[in-house]
Amino acid sequence: MNKEALIPMLGVVTDVRVDTPDVKTFRVNALEGGKCFEHLPGQCAMLSIPGVGEAMFSITSSPTNKEFMEFSIKKCGCLTNWLHQMDVGQQITIRGPYGNGFPVETELKGQDLIFIAGGIGLAPLRSVINYVRDNRANYGKIDIVYGSRSKDDLVDYPEIVDHWCQEAGINVHLTIDREQEGWDGHVGFVPNYVTELGFNPEGKVLVCGPPIMIKFVLQALDKLGFDRKQVFTTMELRMKCGVGKCGRCNIGNKYVCKDGPVFRFDQLGELPDEY
Amino acid sequence: MQEIAKRIQNRALELLADGTVSRVLGWEKGETQADWTPALFESAEEMKDFVYGEYAGANLSKYCLKLKRLEGRTLVVLKPCDTLSFHQLTKEHRLDREKFYIIGAGCKGMKDEAGTLLKCNACKGKEFVVYDEIIDDEESRKPSAVMDRMDGVSDLEKMTAQQRYDFWRGELSRCIRCNACRNVCPACTCEKCVFDNPASGAASKAPVTDFEENMFHIIRAYHVAGRCTDCGECSRVCPQHIPLHLLNRKFIKDMNELYGDYQAGEGDDERTPMTSYTKEDAEPGIVKERGNA
Amino acid sequence: MRRFAMDQAEAIVKSIPCAVYAPVEKDALVTYERFEDGMTLRLDVTSPDKSPKDVLFPQWENLMHFRMEGKTIEITEQQRCDEDYVIFGMRACDIKAFEVLDKVFLAEPVDTYYAARRQHGTIVALACGEPVESCFCKNFGVDPANPKADVVMWLVGDEYYCQAYTGKGEALMAAWETQEADEMPVDWAKGEIEKKYDALPFAKLNLNGFDGEHLQELFDSPKWKKLSLACLGCGSCTFSCPTCQCYDIRDYDTGHGVQRYRCWDSCMYSDFTMMAGGQSRPTQLERYRQRFMHKLVYFPANNGGMYSCVGCGRCVRKCPQNLNIVKVIKALGEDEK
Repeated sequence: MNKEALIPMLGVVTDVRVDTPDVKTFRVNALEGGKCFEHLPGQCAMLSIPGVGEAMFSITSSPTNKEFMEFSIKKCGCLTNWLHQMDVGQQITIRGPYGNGFPVETELKGQDLIFIAGGIGLAPLRSVINYVRDNRANYGKIDIVYGSRSKDDLVDYPEIVDHWCQEAGINVHLTIDREQEGWDGHVGFVPNYVTELGFNPEGKVLVCGPPIMIKFVLQALDKLGFDRKQVFTTMELRMKCGVGKCGRCNIGNKYVCKDGPVFRFDQLGELPDEY
Repeated sequence: MQEIAKRIQNRALELLADGTVSRVLGWEKGETQADWTPALFESAEEMKDFVYGEYAGANLSKYCLKLKRLEGRTLVVLKPCDTLSFHQLTKEHRLDREKFYIIGAGCKGMKDEAGTLLKCNACKGKEFVVYDEIIDDEESRKPSAVMDRMDGVSDLEKMTAQQRYDFWRGELSRCIRCNACRNVCPACTCEKCVFDNPASGAASKAPVTDFEENMFHIIRAYHVAGRCTDCGECSRVCPQHIPLHLLNRKFIKDMNELYGDYQAGEGDDERTPMTSYTKEDAEPGIVKERGNA
Repeated sequence: MRRFAMDQAEAIVKSIPCAVYAPVEKDALVTYERFEDGMTLRLDVTSPDKSPKDVLFPQWENLMHFRMEGKTIEITEQQRCDEDYVIFGMRACDIKAFEVLDKVFLAEPVDTYYAARRQHGTIVALACGEPVESCFCKNFGVDPANPKADVVMWLVGDEYYCQAYTGKGEALMAAWETQEADEMPVDWAKGEIEKKYDALPFAKLNLNGFDGEHLQELFDSPKWKKLSLACLGCGSCTFSCPTCQCYDIRDYDTGHGVQRYRCWDSCMYSDFTMMAGGQSRPTQLERYRQRFMHKLVYFPANNGGMYSCVGCGRCVRKCPQNLNIVKVIKALGEDEK
C-alpha cells in the first residue's frame, strides 16, 4: 500500500520567536530530532492542530538548514490564533512538502536577483534568500526590497540587520509605510520605492506580498522595462488536500497546491483572472 | 395562460420602453417542455425569450434580494402566493418596495415534469397582497386547491410520538445537505447563515453524526416560524423529495390554533404571533395538555 | 454468452456471497444501496436518483483519529476497505464516471482510501434499454449498449443475457445459474439501443471548441452572467453528479479525541474558496462558471481530452431552477471559436 498523503507526521515546536505584534516564527523538528522532511525553497507544508484545523504555510527556513524547519505565521484566523498560543514542546501535525518551489537551480541560477516583499510576504522569500546566501557563488548581485506598515511589523528584523545587511553583494532596502519615531530609513510604499530605486531591467525578480502591493509592483517593474518572464511570485489560495484533488485552489487547468504556488508572471497571465 | 403570458410580455415591453423599469425578472423557456428557468431580461430584444405559464413554478421573490441594489426599478412577475413572500420581505425591511414594479400574474396552478406542484394542490388562494398591476383572467381567479393544506400535518399528529420520530428519521435520512431548501427559501435571508460560518461551530457540509441533518432541518423550521408564508419552495426544490413543507405547516397550524389565524406576508404593521407577548399566550405545558407529546 | 430469466435477478443478487450494491427503492427515490432482504430491486430504472459514486467516495468518511494529551498527539489511521463487494446493474455512464474519478484519485499521490475500495469491487453492468429524455451520454464517448465492466448484462425480452469480460467477472458469474446463449439477440438489442439513444433531444450537442485551446475565450464569455443568474448556489447538481469529487477535510471533536473526516464539498458553495483574507470566486457567477469550465475545459485540458461530464442527465433533472450543463453547452457552443 502506498503511503497516504493526507496522513500527516508529527512535529514538535522547539522554539518560538516573536517577530512582530502579529507574527511569530516557529521552529519545528521531527519527534526524533532533525527535520520532518526535505524541501525546496518556496515549497509549503500543511500544518495542523487536530480539532482546530489544517492549513498551508510556506516553509520559511532554507533547505540548507539541516537542523530544523521554520514557519513565520501571521495571526489572522482560527488556526493561526491557536498556533500563536503554542509554547515549546507542543506537538503539531505536518505533511508535505507541497508545490513546485522557486527554480533556484535552473532559471534563477547565475542571475542577479531582486527580492521584493511586503509584510508577511517575506516568509516564502526568506527561504530563497538564505538558500542563495548559502550558495553564494551560484548567483549574482542581490537586492532585497522589504517594506511593512511600521518598523515593528518588519518580520525577521534582527536577521536582516545582523546578517543580510552585513554581507557583501547584498543590498537591503527597507521601507515602512509611515514616518515613525526611531526610524531613519526610507518611508513610503514598496511599489514607489521600487520605482525610486530604478533597477536595471536585468536578472530575475521574486515578489511576494499583499495582492494590492503585487499589482503596483508589477506596474513599477513594467515601467522600469522588466519583462514579465523575469518576474516570479508565489500564490495563496484556500487549500485542503495539498495534492491537487480537493478542487479548491483550481485556476484554469492549474492547481496552486501542485502546479504552483510559484508562478512566473507571463504564465500567470495566461490563466483566467480568478485569484 | 398563453393569453396572460402575452399580455404580461407586452406590458413589460411598454414599461421597458417608457423607462418605468430597467429590467424584467421573469422566466425563460428551456430545452424541454418543462425546464423553465428564472431569468433577467434587460432589453426588448431579450424579452423575446420571456415566458409565463404552467411551468413558472419558481417563486421569484428571493431573487429580488439579489437585484435590490441595481439602478432603477425592476419589474418582477409574481403569482398570488409569491406576493406573500415579497411582502414579508418588505415588512422585514429586506426589500425596498419602491425598487420593484410588481405585475401580479394570474395563476391556475403550476406543474413540473411530474405533474401539479405539491404547493399548488394546497393553493392558498388567488389574492395578490401587493402589486402595481394585475394581469389575470376569470379562470385564474377561481380557487384551485384540491386538498386541505393541513391534511398532511393532521396525519402526522395522529401518529404516536415514536411513529412520528421514525417517520422523520426516515425522511431526513435522505438529506444530502445540498442546502437547496435553505438557499431558495425567501424567509432564509441571513447575510451569513450559521451553518456556513466556520466560527459558529455548527458549520458542516456533511453530517458528523446521523442525527445532525435532522437538527439542521428542525432548526431551520424554527428559525422561519412566523415568517414562513408556506410558499412550498423547500419541498419543490429538494432533490431527495423530503416533504420539508410539513415541518413548516405544523408550526403554522400550531400558531393558528394557539394564537388565532395568521398568514405571514399578509397585513402591514400588526404584531405577529411570534414577536408579540400577551398574558393569554400558551404556556410550554400546552404540549403535555394536548397529549401525544 | 449466458442467459437467465429476468425474474431470477434478485435470486442471483442474493446468492452473491459478498456485499452487493444495487439500485433499490428508497422511499420516493431509487438509489444504489447495500442490498438487504426486503428491499425492492429496480434494475428497470435507467438513471437512479444517485449514482453509485458513494461506494468509492462516500459522502463522508473517517480518515484518521487523533488523541491528544497535554502537548502530545497520537495518530491512528482509519482502516482501509478490505471487503470485496459487487456493484450490480450499473449503467455505462456511471461506469465512465468511475474512470473520471480514477483520473483524480489514482493520480500520484494515490488516494489510498479510494484505491482500496476500487480494488475490492467487481462491476456488473447493465446495458441501457429505455433512455430518459435527459440522457446525453453519447456526446461524451459513452456507449449505453456496451458498458465496460467485469460482467455486462443485456435485457432481451424477459431474459438477461450476460457475458464476463475479466477474470473477476468470470469467477463471479461461475456461481450463477445460467444457460448457454446465442449472441444474435444481444446484437439486435444493441442496435435498438443505439437507435433510441440517437433519437434523443440532446443526442448531438456541439462540443466544438470545448478544450484547453479556447480556455480563456470561454472563461471570458459574457454569457455566464445570464446563465448563472438563477443559480441558487445549492449543491444539488454537484451532489447528484457522478463525477463531481471536490471534497472538504474537517475535524470533529468526539469527546474522546478528534476525528478527521472527509466530506463532499461543492464549488457552488459560497465558502468553498473562502480564506481569512477574502476569496477568489466572490459571486455565484464565478462559482457557476467554475463548475462547467472544470467539466468541459479544465479537466479535458489535463486529461487528454476526456470530459468530466458523462451525460447521465441527473443535473438536468435535479436542478431546482432547471439550469444545467446542456444549456451551458448550447449557449457557449453557438459562439464562433
